[in-house]
Amino acid sequence: MAAHRLSPSLNRLLLAGKYASFWTRCCAVHGYAQYSTACSPNEKTFDKILIANRGEIACRVMKTCHKMGIQTVAVHSDVDASAVHVKMANEAVCVGPAPTSKSYLNMDAIMDAVRATGAQAVHPGYGFLSENKEFAKRLAAEGVAFIGPDTYALQAMGDKIESKLIAKAATVNTIPGYDGVVKTVEEAVKISQDIGYPVMIKASAGGGGKGMRIAWNDEETREGFRFSSQEAASSFGDDRLLIEKFIDNPRHIEIQVLADKHGNALWLNERECSIQRRNQKVVEEAPSTFLDAATRRAMGEQAVQLAKAVQYSSAGTVEFLVDSNKNFYFLEMNTRLQVEHPITECITGLDLVEQMIRVAKGYKLQHKQEDIPINGWAIESRVYAEDPYKSFGLPSIGRLSRYQEPLNLSNVRVDSGIQEGSDISIYYDPMISKLVTYGATRAEALASMEDALDNYVIRGVTHNISLLREIITHPRFISGDISTNFLPEVYPDGFKGHQLEADSRRELLAAAAALHITAQLRSQRRAPSVATRCPCVKVEVDGQWNLASPLLPLAINGTHRMLQFKVRVLSKLAAQLNSYMPEKVPEDTSSLLRSPMPGAVVTVSVKPGDSVAEGQEICVIEAMKMQNSLTAARQAKVKSVHCKPGETVGEGDLLVELE
Amino acid sequence: MISSRPRPFTRDTPSFFLIGCDSSSASALSVKERIDHKRKTALCGGGQHRIDAQHKKGKLTARERVELLLDPESFVESDMFVEHRCSDFGMEQDGNKFPGDSVVTGRGRINGRLVYVFSQDFTVFGGSLSGAHAQKICKIMDQAMMVGAPVIGLNDSGGARIQEGVESLAGYADIFLRNVMASGVVPQISLIMGPCAGGAVYSPALTDFTFMVKDTSYLFITGPDVVKSVTNEDVTQEELGGAKTHTTVSGVAHHAFEDDVEALLNVREFFNFLPLSNQDAAPIRECHDRSDRLVHSLDTIVPFETTKAYDMLDIVHATVDESDFFEIMPNYAKNIVVGFARMNGRTVGIVGNQPKVASGCLDINSSVKGARFVRFCDAFNIPIITFVDVPGFLPGTAQEYGGIIRHGAKLLYAFAEATVPKITVITRKAYGGAYDVMSSKHLRGDVNYAWPTAEVAVMGAKGAVQIIFRGKENQAEAEAEYVEKFANPFPAALRGFVDDIIEPSTTRRRICRDLEVLASKKQLNPWKKHANIPL
Repeated sequence: MAAHRLSPSLNRLLLAGKYASFWTRCCAVHGYAQYSTACSPNEKTFDKILIANRGEIACRVMKTCHKMGIQTVAVHSDVDASAVHVKMANEAVCVGPAPTSKSYLNMDAIMDAVRATGAQAVHPGYGFLSENKEFAKRLAAEGVAFIGPDTYALQAMGDKIESKLIAKAATVNTIPGYDGVVKTVEEAVKISQDIGYPVMIKASAGGGGKGMRIAWNDEETREGFRFSSQEAASSFGDDRLLIEKFIDNPRHIEIQVLADKHGNALWLNERECSIQRRNQKVVEEAPSTFLDAATRRAMGEQAVQLAKAVQYSSAGTVEFLVDSNKNFYFLEMNTRLQVEHPITECITGLDLVEQMIRVAKGYKLQHKQEDIPINGWAIESRVYAEDPYKSFGLPSIGRLSRYQEPLNLSNVRVDSGIQEGSDISIYYDPMISKLVTYGATRAEALASMEDALDNYVIRGVTHNISLLREIITHPRFISGDISTNFLPEVYPDGFKGHQLEADSRRELLAAAAALHITAQLRSQRRAPSVATRCPCVKVEVDGQWNLASPLLPLAINGTHRMLQFKVRVLSKLAAQLNSYMPEKVPEDTSSLLRSPMPGAVVTVSVKPGDSVAEGQEICVIEAMKMQNSLTAARQAKVKSVHCKPGETVGEGDLLVELE
Repeated sequence: MISSRPRPFTRDTPSFFLIGCDSSSASALSVKERIDHKRKTALCGGGQHRIDAQHKKGKLTARERVELLLDPESFVESDMFVEHRCSDFGMEQDGNKFPGDSVVTGRGRINGRLVYVFSQDFTVFGGSLSGAHAQKICKIMDQAMMVGAPVIGLNDSGGARIQEGVESLAGYADIFLRNVMASGVVPQISLIMGPCAGGAVYSPALTDFTFMVKDTSYLFITGPDVVKSVTNEDVTQEELGGAKTHTTVSGVAHHAFEDDVEALLNVREFFNFLPLSNQDAAPIRECHDRSDRLVHSLDTIVPFETTKAYDMLDIVHATVDESDFFEIMPNYAKNIVVGFARMNGRTVGIVGNQPKVASGCLDINSSVKGARFVRFCDAFNIPIITFVDVPGFLPGTAQEYGGIIRHGAKLLYAFAEATVPKITVITRKAYGGAYDVMSSKHLRGDVNYAWPTAEVAVMGAKGAVQIIFRGKENQAEAEAEYVEKFANPFPAALRGFVDDIIEPSTTRRRICRDLEVLASKKQLNPWKKHANIPL
């Protein structure tokens, strides 16, 4: 349905694009079973919307705009000139160079773009200017609608302390605690009893876990108070203590709210976002396995109370910490469209972007609270260009030399803003896509997710698919026993990759051998027919032998499997002889950056002591009027810099030394 | 081991029926035993302890190498009984005779396709080259020429058999002559898997491709000791003639592999690309990659800023079958990319300027690298696909003094002379004389395409304007006009110097179709004894 609806506008942008033949898979070809594709044709909203963002969220917003017949304007930095979101838009305006502070955060340039294109509204996406009240004010001053809440709500919820006070006043649960300094042991016991156990006693000047004690009863409070004050005194020279409620095994669960400018507000159920690393979400699902209907309702109602208290309009999210007894406490409110909004769309059938646009135009909400369903289960995996073996993910960059989304499967939604050939650069978020699967039950959604991850082809950059797959197939995750400590608890020594078991190892070996033999047979121009024998077990492998495809659907012992592994196959003889081959220790030249050619140094982007990421630009050498960017071969600290801008260097000259 | 004295024999054909009957049967039996014994001895090379020593160095034996290189059980050995004929310095003694001497020779198959092989045996006299050793090599080379099959040499030899003196030198010359005669007739590949020093280096140098094994192979005219005594330079074997030196600095070798196993398996893969002889067409393998596949990533690969680099290898990998590209000399003269790939299953040679390195300009080394590759393709009927993004020849005294004029002429010569199908894609810059050189229409390019980003011009806008409007004001305006007029594919397209301006995503589809048509191309150069390429 969506495909038909979208094609006319897409045809237009095909013509508008720099290369008219260009077209990408990621947009309209695949219908959206997961949220409403219908919109009310009689409701006039805006003629033209500018999307002040990039990447997947810009594409996501444009899809809905096109569905609603709204013209779109993309803004972009110069390096993004051929990005997907630029090609998707009806018009595009360059707002500055690559660094976000000069482009996507450049309010002057974006305001100019709004004026130049005559956009009537601006959707800010998430991040960048989405929660910037100054930006909202400037738009309002020129009569341009900001598709988000009013400046009052932005301001009120933007301040952590103020937002807590407002929440308290709106009778939203906040983490109970004593705001003053606790002076005596008996006072500590009394306060702890008031708060309710368990409590955390912590140094007012604290940090790093020092001077911190958890107490589950009066006795432990007394003890903890003494220890903590001694430790605090010795560590910080300040023995003042605070007491607040201790949340054990906390879960991060958030409520999606939707409000209009007429005082109506709805809660659109929860999203479970406990799987995190470094406070960034990795896997989210809706609904949560943990909430019962009563808790859900209580959380939803409190979220709506808060929204109403700040006269919230548009879509927003109220984040809660939930303890093991289902007590929940307000954390903060995000006054924008969340990254993980698609899972809410999947289970409610609402198009949140469409609702935001309607609300911004001043329309009343179309739904009542009792109309909001939980239909099935949705899971989102954030696919990142990062190395999961390094603290669950350090950014990596590069060119997507091969990229294929698993859209051939049903119940899969992929929100992305890149395509084969795109560069993942150091300038922006390394997210490749949001992979969402949907099913009638959680088990179905999980099975789809496993399939989808197996079918995802990404080459050219390091990615976290292996970690995502491990998480969603982990028994603890499957049973719903998760908390924000999931990753460090399950992988205390860091993520080490998929560990093959005997069976799967045999299957993999058989598949690799079958593939190898197929390739060999092809070289001999004989018809392929393969049965692989492993030492003890016979494993039958059957498949469509297309050696050009990055994915080979195989039937291993009759079970359909999709495998993506790097395997080196040796014949028996080669394997035998390989035992004579010496282990090679790779020579480490990555710490020295030498000029690959004679030329002039244009810029040096690092100084001694800087940390650089793998692939980050270190300096630019101009030779033959061409600028060549030299990058770090690995993540490291800069030891010394041996060149400066304007200098001429010869081939092989040492430019920068890394530690 | 070789202690048992052979008994004299009287008959030359042993017969089963005579066994145990009379004296002639005893002699027949002894012949059979001797044959078995000789074969067994030959299989052991220089003996177990030398084999162990070879393994300890991380090297395989001559026979293990042959076995791994060829299809299982396809090796047919010749001259297993040949022994050296030296009778000086105690060489005539039994303990100094090894059946087969210091080289294993024969024929076999790689993926079912015929190939002749010799493999020098370091365990026998350090693989040194005796008259008999050379004779064995010459024999299989003669046969290879006769039937039209490639020759692969696995080199692991300390050098000449000094005890044999001039006999050994003659042996080298005999091989060199055959290398030269076979050049352009059958593909010749040298895989250096140990030392190869002195005059011996010229055999690999005369062959089409020289591959090396890292850390265990060396190629040099004179070793570090002689270098020290003559020039007083201190240099290690590895620095002087190791795989790294020859694949990055000297350009003597075309590829280096991690170890013996890796090297031999890769040569098998490499062999799949080659025709068996100059009478064969480029081989075609069953192709699973659709020939009409549109490659969308090519539409965005050339950056908007004309001064920004991109990786030509990305274009090559995206265009060819299954991203399967066997790059030749990947670490030498990196401003030009050459190597083998397939289009719709058919082997093609790829030549491309590499904007990522020295802006993709042509210099002495890249010209020579490109020229040699183009000539190989032309000699063996392999179509050439050229991707052009060249800002010109590299200026400077180093280049002029080094003779860029005559070296650059080699690439020009090679492209002009080639009569195989030639398809050219100008992705961005095609400036000046370098435009002419890079398989232009004028050098009998069969199909020449330009991408919309192509700029075919005498030079970049700034330089041109400085000359045309010397001393005049409004240079910026003139520059803009020049860019408008010339920094695009139209001037070339208007004159028919490019056949079409194409969407980059259609490049693969078009090349595959063109190759179909050009398969029957026939073009002859005028008769000559041989041409005179500016060496």
